[in-house]
Amino acid sequence: MTSTLRILPFLRPRHRPWRLVERNILAYRRIWYIFLSGFVEPLFFLLSIGIGVGKLVGDLDVGGHLVPYRTFVAPGLLAIAAMNGSLLDTTFNFFVKMKYAHTYDGVLATPLSPRDVATGEITWALLRGAAYSAAFLFTMLAFGDLRSGWSLLALPGAVLIGFGFAGIGLAATTFMRSFVDFDYVNMAMIPLFLFSATFFPLVRYPAGLQAVVRFTPLYQGVVLERSLVIGDLHPTLLLHAAYLAAMGLIGLRVAARRIGLLLQP
Amino acid sequence: MNGPMIEARALTKRFGPFVAVDGIDFRIEPGEAFGFLGPNGAGKTSTMRMIGCVSPRSGGVLRVLGLDPTDDGPEIRARVGVVPQEDNLDTELTVWDNLMIYGRYFDLPRREIRERATELLEFVQLSDRRSSRVDPLSGGMKRRLTIARSLINRPELLLLDEPTTGLDPQARHLLWDRLYRLKRSGVTLVLTTHYMDEAEQLCDRLVIMDNAQIVAEGSPRQLIVDNVTREVVEVRLAIDADPAAEVAKLKRFGDRVEALADRVLVYTDDGDATAGEVASDGFDAASVLVRRASLEDVFLILTGRTLED
Ligand SMILES: Nc1ncnc2c1ncn2[C@@H]1O[C@H](COP(=O)(O)OP(=O)(O)OP(=O)(O)O)[C@@H](O)[C@H]1O
Ligand SMILES: [Mg+2]
Repeated sequence: MTSTLRILPFLRPRHRPWRLVERNILAYRRIWYIFLSGFVEPLFFLLSIGIGVGKLVGDLDVGGHLVPYRTFVAPGLLAIAAMNGSLLDTTFNFFVKMKYAHTYDGVLATPLSPRDVATGEITWALLRGAAYSAAFLFTMLAFGDLRSGWSLLALPGAVLIGFGFAGIGLAATTFMRSFVDFDYVNMAMIPLFLFSATFFPLVRYPAGLQAVVRFTPLYQGVVLERSLVIGDLHPTLLLHAAYLAAMGLIGLRVAARRIGLLLQP
Repeated sequence: MNGPMIEARALTKRFGPFVAVDGIDFRIEPGEAFGFLGPNGAGKTSTMRMIGCVSPRSGGVLRVLGLDPTDDGPEIRARVGVVPQEDNLDTELTVWDNLMIYGRYFDLPRREIRERATELLEFVQLSDRRSSRVDPLSGGMKRRLTIARSLINRPELLLLDEPTTGLDPQARHLLWDRLYRLKRSGVTLVLTTHYMDEAEQLCDRLVIMDNAQIVAEGSPRQLIVDNVTREVVEVRLAIDADPAAEVAKLKRFGDRVEALADRVLVYTDDGDATAGEVASDGFDAASVLVRRASLEDVFLILTGRTLED
C-alpha cells in the first residue's frame, strides 16, 4: 500500500465549524446585495417611528434618565435587527439546505459532525446579525442616541441576542415538517416584535401582561441594549444576558442532536 | 496498512423494528474492488452508510481502516471518499467552488485544493464547466462532479453507491475507465450496483445481497462456475403458447429451467446442442438464443428473482 506516503488531512476539530462559515461566504458572494435589506430596514424604522412618532410622544423616563422617544426606541430596533439577522439563516435557509438541497448530507460525509454543522451555522448567523447591528449602532451614534460609555458593550450584547435566537431558531427548525410550519414561527415573531417593550415602556402594559413579557426572549435583549446605551446599569442585566446565553447553548445542543438523528439515521 | 481495509462481523442495521441489514459478514482487503450486488431494498445503501460512518450500526462488529466508526468517525471519514446514491452537490455553488469547499471540509490548504481540483476536473472531463452552477449540469455531469469531489482528499478507500445508475452507455464507460485507473493507483473500491456487467467489469470480488442478507460471495467468475451451468438457452415463447405447458416440455432439455415473464431459460453445459435438440423437437418457439451464463443467472438461481424486480 502506498497509503503511508499520502499526506493525511491535518485534523483540527476546533476549526471545523468555520468551514461552514466559509461555505456561506462562497454561496453569498454573488448575491451580496440581499444583505442590503438587513441594513436598510431598521434604518427606515428608526426614521419613521423614532422621528415621526417621536414628535407626537415626547420624552420618556428610563431609570431616571429623561430621553427622547427616538433614543428610547432605537435600542429596541437594534435588538430586533440582531434577532432577525440571526434567524434568516438558522430557520428558513437552514430548512431548505437540510431538507431539499441535502447540503449537509454532503458535509457530513467529511470529518465534520452534526455539532460542527450546528455551530458553524450559528456562527455564521452571529456574524450576519453582528454586521447589521454594527451598522445600526453607527447610525445611532450619528443621531446622538448612544448616551453612555457602556454603549461599547452594545455590539457584544447584540451578538449575544443573535446567539440566543440563532440557537433556538436552529433547534426549532429541526422539528419543522414542511414550510407550513413556518407560519407558526411568524405567529410567534410578530407579538415578540410588538410586545417586548420595544415601542413603549413595560409599565404601560396591563399588569398580567407585564409578568408574561418579562419572561419572553426578545424582552431580555431589548432591556439589555436599552440599559447599555442609556447608561442605566443594574445587576439584573446579568440575568438577562444569562437568559440569552442559556437559550443559545440549549438551542445548539438540541440542534446538534436533532441534525444527527435526522441526517444520520 | 496491515490487516483488512474493512471487516464486518454480524453487522446489523435496524430502523425501529425493521431489519435492513441482518447480521452480515465480509472482509475487504486493501487494493481490492469489492461489490455489493442486489435488488431494491436489499440493504446495500444501509451497509455503505455504516461503512462511511454516517449511520450508526445497530449490532455486530465493524472496522474500517482498522478503526471503529463509533469512536473514530471523523478520522475514518477524513481518509474515505464517498459517492452517495443521490447526488448531494452544493447547488448554491459553482462546479469549482464545490471542489474548493469540499477540500476545506477536509482542512486542506487552498493552494493544494486548487491544484487537485484542476487535475480532478480534467480527470472527469469537466474542465470547461468549472464556472457553471451545479443545477444546469446534466445528470451524468453531476455524477462525474460527485466523483471528482469524492477524490479531493486523496482517499485510500472509495465508496460508490450505484455510481452509474441513470448514465448513458458512453458516460458509463468513461466512469468505468476512471474507476479502473483509480484501482490501479492503489485505491480500494467498494461499490453497489444493479448492473451485472458493471459488477463483472469492475469487481474482483462481490457479495450478492437479498433481503438484508448475503446469499453468495466470490469472484464474478467463481460465482458463475459454482452456481450455474456454462451456458444458457433462452427460449422466447410463441405469442399464443401456454407458458405452463411449454415450461413442462422444456424441462427435459436442461439441468434446470427457469420461467420468466416473457421467456424461458434452459441451463445447460452445451448450449448449441441443447438449442439443436429444442429445434429438432419441433418446439413452438418465437426465437431461441444461446449465451454464456452471467451473474444475472446466479442471482436468479439463488433468489428466484431477476434483479429488475
Ligand atoms: N431511514 C430509514 N428509515 C426506515 N427504513 C429505512 C431507512 N433507510 C432504509 N430503510 C429501509 O431499509 C431497507 C434497505 O434499504 P437500502 O436503502 O439499504 O436498500 P438498497 O439495497 O440500497 O436499495 P436500492 O437498490 O433501492 O438503493 C429498505 O426496505 C428501506 O425501506
Ligand atoms: Mg441503495
